[in-house]
Order: sequence, then C-alpha cells, then structure tokens
Amino acid sequence: MGRENRGSLIKSIDDFITMQVRLVTHDNPGIPTLVIPAGTCGQASGANALIRMAKKELLQKKLTDKIRLRITGCHGFCAMEPSVLVEPRRTFYPKISPDDIITIIEAITKGNIVTRLLFVDPETGRRIEKQDDIPFFKRQVRTLIGRNEKVDPIRIHDYIRNNGYFALTKVLSSQKSRLVLEEVKVSGLRGRGGAGFPTGQKWELFASQRNGSAKYLICNADEGDPGAYMDRSILEGNPHSIIEGMMIGAYGTGATEGIIYVRTEYPLAIKHLNTALKQARELGLLGENIMGTDFSFDIGIVKGAGAFVCGEETALIKSIEGHMGEPRQRPPFPIVKGLHGKPTMINNVETWANIPVIMNMGGHSFARIGTQGSSGTKIFSLVGKIKNTGLVEIPMGMTIREVVQGIGGGPSGKGKIKAIQTGGPSGGCIPASRFDLAIDYESLKNVGSIMGSGGMIVMDDNTCMVDIAKYFMNFLKDESCGKCFPCRKGTQRMYEILDDISSGRGSLGSLDLLEELAVAVQDTTMCGLGQTASNPVLSTLRYFRDEYIEHIEKKRCPAGVCKDLIVYYINEHCKGCMLCIKACPEGAITGKKKQRHLIDTSKCIKCGSCKNVCKSGAVELI
Amino acid sequence: MINLTLNGLNVSVEEGTTLLEAAKFFGFPILTLCHVDGLSSLGACRLCVVEIGEGPRAKLVSSCTYPAEEGLKVRTASERVIKARRMIIELLLASCPQSKTIQDIASKYNVRQQRFRQEHEECILCGLCVRMCEEQMMAKAIGFRGRGKDKSIGTPFDMRSDVCRLCGACMYICPVCQLRCTYTEPEKAICGGCANLSPPCLEKEQFDDMMCYMSPCVACEIKKD
Repeated sequence: MGRENRGSLIKSIDDFITMQVRLVTHDNPGIPTLVIPAGTCGQASGANALIRMAKKELLQKKLTDKIRLRITGCHGFCAMEPSVLVEPRRTFYPKISPDDIITIIEAITKGNIVTRLLFVDPETGRRIEKQDDIPFFKRQVRTLIGRNEKVDPIRIHDYIRNNGYFALTKVLSSQKSRLVLEEVKVSGLRGRGGAGFPTGQKWELFASQRNGSAKYLICNADEGDPGAYMDRSILEGNPHSIIEGMMIGAYGTGATEGIIYVRTEYPLAIKHLNTALKQARELGLLGENIMGTDFSFDIGIVKGAGAFVCGEETALIKSIEGHMGEPRQRPPFPIVKGLHGKPTMINNVETWANIPVIMNMGGHSFARIGTQGSSGTKIFSLVGKIKNTGLVEIPMGMTIREVVQGIGGGPSGKGKIKAIQTGGPSGGCIPASRFDLAIDYESLKNVGSIMGSGGMIVMDDNTCMVDIAKYFMNFLKDESCGKCFPCRKGTQRMYEILDDISSGRGSLGSLDLLEELAVAVQDTTMCGLGQTASNPVLSTLRYFRDEYIEHIEKKRCPAGVCKDLIVYYINEHCKGCMLCIKACPEGAITGKKKQRHLIDTSKCIKCGSCKNVCKSGAVELI
Repeated sequence: MINLTLNGLNVSVEEGTTLLEAAKFFGFPILTLCHVDGLSSLGACRLCVVEIGEGPRAKLVSSCTYPAEEGLKVRTASERVIKARRMIIELLLASCPQSKTIQDIASKYNVRQQRFRQEHEECILCGLCVRMCEEQMMAKAIGFRGRGKDKSIGTPFDMRSDVCRLCGACMYICPVCQLRCTYTEPEKAICGGCANLSPPCLEKEQFDDMMCYMSPCVACEIKKD
C-alpha cells in the first residue's frame, strides 16, 4: 500500500505505550484552548452558534496555531450554558453570546480575561474567574464528569492522551483476569443503575458461569427517568470510557461480546458511540487479538424503541432479542440465563465508566471515596426549582442540604424548598426536614426513596405533592408494560384516585384505598417497575399527608397547582393598572383604569397570567 | 431433588417444578386465573402469589412462574398473601364485573364490593387466548399489542389473520366471557355480549373439518333449523 494508514494498527502493548507517550509529549498544554461544551443540552442553548463563530474568528485572524478549540460533551453546569472554558487558566465564561466569543478570543491573544463576562457569585456579588472556585464546581468531586472537559468525544487521541485505555493495557499486560475482579470487589463499587447491587460480586458470579460458548456484556443506556440525563452526558461526552470499562469487564469475566443498549431518543450519544467504536476498531483496540494479546472482544449498539420498561434487565434482553419489551420472572437471573439463553451481565453506563477509574487509581483508593457501604462518587441531575440546575457529581455521604444549598445555590424563585424527589418515577420524595441525610443507597431507601439512576428534582412550596404523585402515576400508567394485571390496572386506578383528589372529588376513604392499593401493587408485581411504582404515592402520603387531607377536606390546593381547587381573585390592593386585562388570554378580567378589576370566574381558565404580570400583588389564589 | 418448606411442611420435588405445581401436589390449592395446565405460565394475573423468604426479605412471587429452590420457605396463604390477593380480586371486579369466573373467585374470597370506579371492560389481558392459539392450536394468529393502558390483544394491524382457522379456542379458554355461546339458552348467559357476535363458523363453509370448541353453539342451532 502506498498510502500510510493514519490510524495505524496497534499491534502490541508497547505500541500503545509508545503512541500514548508520543501524544502526551507532542502536546503543549500551555497553548490557550477554548473549551466549548456542546452536548445535547449545550447545543439546545446555542453552543453551535458559539462554535461557528469561534471557528470563523480563529480562521480569519489566523490564530489556529495560537489558540485551540475543543468541542466537548456536557460539563454539567447546564443553567449557565452556553459557556466557554479557557484553558490553561481555566477561566469560566457563563451564558455568552456569539459576539462575546470574539471579545474572549481577543483577550486571550493579549493574555487578558474579560472581567465583565465572568461568573457572578449570587451570594457575594463578586466575579469569579476560575471555574474551580465557583461554588457549584468547588464542592463536587468530578472524577467522571470532570473528564468530559478534557476530551473531544469524537477524537480517540484526545482520550488516549488523557490516560485513556491505559487501565486496559495495565490489565492486559498483567495477564491476570483475577486482578480485575479483585480490584472491582475491593473498590466496593455498587451498581449505578439504581438497585445498588455490589458490582464485584456480580462480576465474580458472571466470571464463574460456564454455560455454553458465548457470554454477553450489556451496557444499559436506556435512561428513561423524567428529568435525569447523567448517562447521556457520559455517552455523549466520553464514550471511550464506557468502551474501555466494558473491555476491562470482558477481560476480567471472560465475556465474548458486548452490546450497548441505548435509547433511540439520544441521537448524539448514538453518533458519538458509533464514532468511538469505529475509531477503536481502526486502532485495533477492539476486535480480534487486541494489542497483540489473545484477548478478543467487540461491542455493538442496539437502539431501544422508546419503552421505559426496557431499562429493566429482563425486558432489555427481550428487546435486544427482538421480542416485545416485557420483563420475565427471575430466577433464572440473566447472569445465568440471559440474552439468547447465554450468561449475560448488565451494568449501567455510570458503572462501566467507573471501571477505568478504579483500575487506574486502584480499588483501595476508590473505596476511600464516599462512605463505608457506598463507595465512590455519584452523578445526580439536579433539576427543578433550583438556581444551579445541572449535573453534579458528589462523593457518597454528602448531605442533601449541601447538594441543594451548597451546590444548587438554593431555590430559583421566591419559594422555599419543600422537598426533593430522587430516583425518578420509582423513587420517592424526601421532605426538607430530612435534608441532613447523608446520601447513600441505604439512607435513601430508609426514608422511602431510592438512589435510582440519579435524578434529583427539587420542589418548592409552589409544587403540589398530590400533583407530583399524579404526574408520576400518569407516566407509569403509560409506561407499565401491561403484563402484570396489578401493575397495569393498579397504576391506572392510583392515577384515577389521585385525579379525583386533585379535582376535589376525593374522600378520606379514597386515601385509605390508595394506600392499600399502593402496597398491593408493590407486593404483587413482577419486575422493578411495578414493585417501585407505588413509591411516589407512598412517600408523599408518608410525609405530606396533610396536603392530601387539605385537598380532600377543605377542597383547597395549598400550592395553588390543582386547577379545579383554585379560584383567582383580585383583592383591594389592585391599583387598576389594566396590565392583567391585557395579559388575560380569555378576556375574563374587566375593569376601568384606576378602579379595582374583577375576574369573571366562568371565563377564567386559571392560567395564572394575571398573577404573573401584577405588580402590586393583588391577584390572589383562594 | 430439591428440598423446600411448604407452609411448614418439609417436602422435596423434582428440579424445574414450579411452586404452584409443588403446592398443588402436596395438597395446598392455590387460586389461579391466567394459568391453565397444558399452557405455559405467563404470570399475568398475579392471583397465585405466595410468600417466600423470611423477615424483611420476605416477598411475594407468582407461584406459577417461580421455580422451586433449595431451602425455600413458602407460605401459600399468609395474611400478606390473602390481603394482596383480595386487592387484585377487587381490581378485577372493578374492571370486569360480568365474568362468572371472576365473580366466583370474588365470592370464594368474600370480596363483596369494589371501591373503584366501575368499568365494563371485557378483556383482562390474561393472555390465555394468545397462548392457546400459539401453543395448542399452533396458529399464532393473535398476540399482544401496545403497552400500559393501551395494551390489547388482536391480530396484526387488526386485519383478518391468514393463519386463523376460526377454531374458537380463544373464546373457549377466555375466563372473562366464557358464557358467550350459551346464546341458545339465554337464561344462562351473563354478559349477553354474544347476541351481537356472529359465530365464526358461519363464515366458513367447511366448518366440520375444523376443531371447534363451542358447545352448545348458536351456529349449530341455526344449521339444525
């Protein structure tokens, strides 16, 4: 062949080390780099325009040698996107416009920073230059998501330069698969998908399976919880870490084939994964005789068709096999009899991404992060009525208060934070009185919630707990696979009762019935979806029963959410400014200038527009 | 052989036996609805739940799908089981009050009222017809579609199936509307839904060649006339 293959095949472990050393030494970390997070969230808030402008500017001013541009996945601070991070000073510019980027590039060439664009600390009012000094970032331990900044997900060399695939070579050169199992076991890592099963134990069990020829590894990337997107950020921002994790897992357990089951609603993640797999294959990091050893392994992608229940492992296997995504009875567990009847081990995205970290730092050091029973860090997607929405990675054992107040920066509006909801539809609500709770698998379970995959929805006193329970039940009644009668019908009936309560038709008897039904559904259903489907109801009933009772007895929604129970009313503070008259979409408000206005309740659709525009606080809810 | 405890009785069964089979064999009857001997177990109705394990790890599982395990402690009629079962019966009664099978079950368990909004659904998606069609009649003409509240049973795209022989086995096995073909004896009919259905055999000329499960049957009565 005349032309040299750029991605020349890595034929031995020495080849790889040479390549890594070459990549590191040829890199000059001193060159200023514009890092633009452009995950799905970044792109939605305008990162693409920034990238276009930055490219244009760098080309026009012939700065491509002096300033580099790195397009990465999500960094986590979604409330401040589109943002730019300038390395090596690590200056952070939040919420910038395409024009600002020109100013920033100009400042970089002069070695300055643009003070007016820096992040303002809402508490002190001071401007903070460096990303790591911002309270949101400062309190986190970003072992997983922190790597997103360093790596352009579609460039494998970026990943290798940042110590990527080094853990794999370490494992391969040791030639001991036991090493992997021991390190993972010592690390105390527990499954990040929600149930928290000890990963080391699972791997050991899987490694001991000798049923037939094939053994499958599956990465569960069917992230379906409303308001949770931590897996997506890793899939989009650092796909190679998952691939490396799976390869290490395959070497340790003797698996022959890997599958990443990713939901089709994540097009960017699928694109990046495909690119990453292709690049890894071209380099000889995936396929037959990897790095000249006798270890062979390859990974394929299967796209899910959009059913929430396919995140459950047995349903996921059925879906890969091409059947209807319905769970089946365990035992036999997938570890023994899974995909195509062969032993199959399923781990969550975040679990796989943790594996290279563990192999690099050693199981013992990993176990020192977090708490005794729950080691390591966990990414939460902090959303809802909170100032700093985004992805936060914290060591296990941090209190909820620290996450909500310290990292999240407190409530986004004027309201007071009332509760958080963790674990998605299968999780529960934790009231503010329990915010001193240290987050780990057991503590969350003890208060009636679960760790789940890591959704954390913050609610303030404008959130109605009956409405929240109703929302999740509505989600579950659509997403139940429908196989078990109590799950299918039970979620429908629970929704029905909650709907009755929120529209003022409930009775105290229906509250008892709701509780009785919730327990029965929890007890009798087959899979994890059904068994946890009652959690939103049971946990809100446990901590916010008075809200339910107020809905039933006083026919009143204290948060002003349940439309059937609220009436908008203009009180004597009305100055007659006519703003609300203009805002009302139904023409339900009448009144003359400088006279108190009146709402025609028969026309009012309770949209709240009048309350939002009123400057004198005259619109009340009764 | 696998040793386990059934309601305190030490028994041993062959490997691969389900808890339902074991309990039945040793004289502990368990209520079933979506389970019929000769068809595979689906575990859809959950009426056959039993309690296994001890202490905080005790849980309910459907006995028709759960295999006997060494050392398992099974309780077929604990308070928790009965309570859960009664709630399922109440749900069934609320969805499908006209089924004689469900009425009988309810009366057996002394469930005399249901507290939900009354519905008159016919199908409870027990899947007996689907399994009957596939496993005994070898036709695979019907199957499940959709999920959650939109789940239903039918032919692909709701079109007349080419593989359906109109044998009627699906109607025969259905626990919800079993009596639809006592049309000739209206006093026995509970749902009366059959009055609006045309018996399948009327549309086929060579019905005698087919297996028919309907007896007595309105079509035969018509032919006689």
